[in-house]
Amino acid sequence: MTKKSNQSRLYVPEPPFRPGDTPDYSHIAVPVDHTPPRPDPMCEDHETAEHALKLIRVLRFNGEAAGDWVPKLTPDQMRKGLRDMMMTRAMDDRMFNMQRQGKMSFYMKSRGEEAVSVAHAMALRIDDMTFPTYRQQGILIHRGASIKEMMCQCLSNAGDRLQGKSIPVLYSFRDFGFFSVSGNLGTQMIQAVGWGMAEAYKNSDGIASAFTGEGATAEGDFHYALNFASTYRAPVILNVVNNQWAISSFQGIAAGEGETFAARGTGFGLATLRVDGNDFLAVYAATEWAAERARRGGGATLIEHFTYRKEGHSTSDDPSKYRPENEPEVWPFGDPIDRLKLHLIHIGEWDEDRHAAQEEACKVEIRNIYKEAEKMGTLSSDTQVNDFTMFEQVYEELPGHLKAQVEVFKEEL
Amino acid sequence: MARMNMIEAIRDALDVKMTEDSNVLVFGEDVGYFGGVFRATAGLQEKHGLHRCFDTPISEGGIVGIAIGMAANGLRPVAEIQFADYIYPGYDQIASEAARLRYRSNGEFSAPLTIRTPVGGGIYGGTTHSQSPEALFTHIAGLKTVIPSNPYDAKGMLITAIEDNDPVLFLEPKRLYNGPFYGDPHTPSVSWAKHELGEVPEGHYTVPFESVRKLKEGEDLTILAYGTMVWVAEAAAKEAGVNADILDLRSLLPLDIKAISESVKKTGRCLILHEATRTSGFGAELSAQVAEACFFSLEAPIVRVTGWDTPYPHAQEWAYFPGPKRVINGIRKVMGQA
Repeated sequence: MTKKSNQSRLYVPEPPFRPGDTPDYSHIAVPVDHTPPRPDPMCEDHETAEHALKLIRVLRFNGEAAGDWVPKLTPDQMRKGLRDMMMTRAMDDRMFNMQRQGKMSFYMKSRGEEAVSVAHAMALRIDDMTFPTYRQQGILIHRGASIKEMMCQCLSNAGDRLQGKSIPVLYSFRDFGFFSVSGNLGTQMIQAVGWGMAEAYKNSDGIASAFTGEGATAEGDFHYALNFASTYRAPVILNVVNNQWAISSFQGIAAGEGETFAARGTGFGLATLRVDGNDFLAVYAATEWAAERARRGGGATLIEHFTYRKEGHSTSDDPSKYRPENEPEVWPFGDPIDRLKLHLIHIGEWDEDRHAAQEEACKVEIRNIYKEAEKMGTLSSDTQVNDFTMFEQVYEELPGHLKAQVEVFKEEL
Repeated sequence: MARMNMIEAIRDALDVKMTEDSNVLVFGEDVGYFGGVFRATAGLQEKHGLHRCFDTPISEGGIVGIAIGMAANGLRPVAEIQFADYIYPGYDQIASEAARLRYRSNGEFSAPLTIRTPVGGGIYGGTTHSQSPEALFTHIAGLKTVIPSNPYDAKGMLITAIEDNDPVLFLEPKRLYNGPFYGDPHTPSVSWAKHELGEVPEGHYTVPFESVRKLKEGEDLTILAYGTMVWVAEAAAKEAGVNADILDLRSLLPLDIKAISESVKKTGRCLILHEATRTSGFGAELSAQVAEACFFSLEAPIVRVTGWDTPYPHAQEWAYFPGPKRVINGIRKVMGQA
């Protein structure tokens, strides 16, 4: 921000482009050469201060992987990552369409952000507890949770493991290291710190990894998390997924302009990394670094995943009302699936035909799983969950006043 | 048996559980080396180690937040909020997270944590060290809110709270820490050492929540009270010369409505006491439940005696506090004598 007078004026930041504008983001296209060096994961916190201001990138736009952050991933691992991202996208597309047909109340896609969840999960152990938001379904896909069970949760049907208690996408899969997603934003960062402290207390080498969007970093909970993670050197990774948009508010509303979200960690004495979130290999490398640091007792790392939300916030949102319609296409960091695909082709481990075939295969597999899921009912069909289950799991045991309310409810039927 | 005041009983409960169960961790502002501003955790760090009893940043949201994560990960955290007046930054973590985690995950995760916090006035703490916010918590599904009135209950109920598999808010009436308080600040205070409820068994015992304690058996009216007001009720009933059935509720949610309605059906009259502000206070809930359960047994309207609907004042502390005079007026009203 430039100061235009010597008098204070109320300043309200605005995004550079609104509907009708021609978006031009050439000024933030950071070349891969600007990637900061990879320090030892047990380095001092201040040694990553510059990493909070730069951007870790591995994949060049020609498909080449370069620099000292290139992770040691086999072609099979990368193909697995590619497929998990494609499955995530195929599922999102299917569920979005089914929501439009009235099969479920709500849905949230993660298009454009699949690398953040899939590559992150790949660099963790399955027993590392993640505290995701509603846009990390890729963690579940990567870890092999049942896609049918995920769909049944969204459909609130007889196969819903949560028995209709939560809105779609707010999954809970303890066995897959996926903490129950809260719809209250930012709250889970500090809980992840507590989880990590418990791991350390038990002398385990498990770690926790928590997510928030950039918008909810403005919540106090985010700052509690940074503070406690620093004080107790908790084995956690605190991830800010900066996808540029919090519903309709651009990232400058949450942070002010000219700041990075990773730099929030510097003042707390945390290790800080800022990574190209559309670069599968960079996300993997940054996560691997932070996980090793946490596991070896080096404490917490704040990672900003710099990415772009290609779709609306949810099925209830219409992004054309507040940003240029073609902004997702001109976003200079490309698409995470396209970029990993190009890399695999570049190293001779993939080709266009195989990619097209896999895209079709994912679509078919998702369609078939969805058909099976829908057989168990939808929110609008008569095969929903039993209404009486709403009284269960409020407490471990039904207390007297709820028993009385169950009896009153019976009279309504 | 040992003679203990309420602070010692609370400390003893923590000590018993920390000794029995290595998953029990105690933390909060100033609770570690120093032992807490009310001394409830004095000596626990020295005895059980730095990892078991430690200081936290001044961040109630953070304190509750880490307690949730620890509890979900198998520990039994006991967090202290230094004064209930400071609990509000942690309110979202309590109301939206701890209380709902079991529900929203359909039992896959839960938050068996205990939050201890001193409540109530009587120490010239003014607006920021005197509040009784229980009604803000009894409105939350998934949370239990309890409040002991004496050392015996404090120890047994705190052990129950720590062993409970759901989150429990454990409110400590700070005016009762050293002895029962009968509502007159000018009378020298009595010590728990001279009271039978200051006799606290050694080792492990529990007091169940949903179990009112009958302080006194009477036929004239029922007085429902909790925390400090239990003792004010006893003194006021004596001074008013009535035979009151005085019920110490112990737990507000869950509530032992069965014992309450049995008593009101017997006496036909009900007086409800609390120190908190009146409007939408927990007395409103009690009044509604008693009316629903006992309407045809009532011989007079239910009467509430409470703090005023003002912030807790400093210099006017005893004008705010629902002391014996206000309670006696309430007794006369419900007895049809006023």
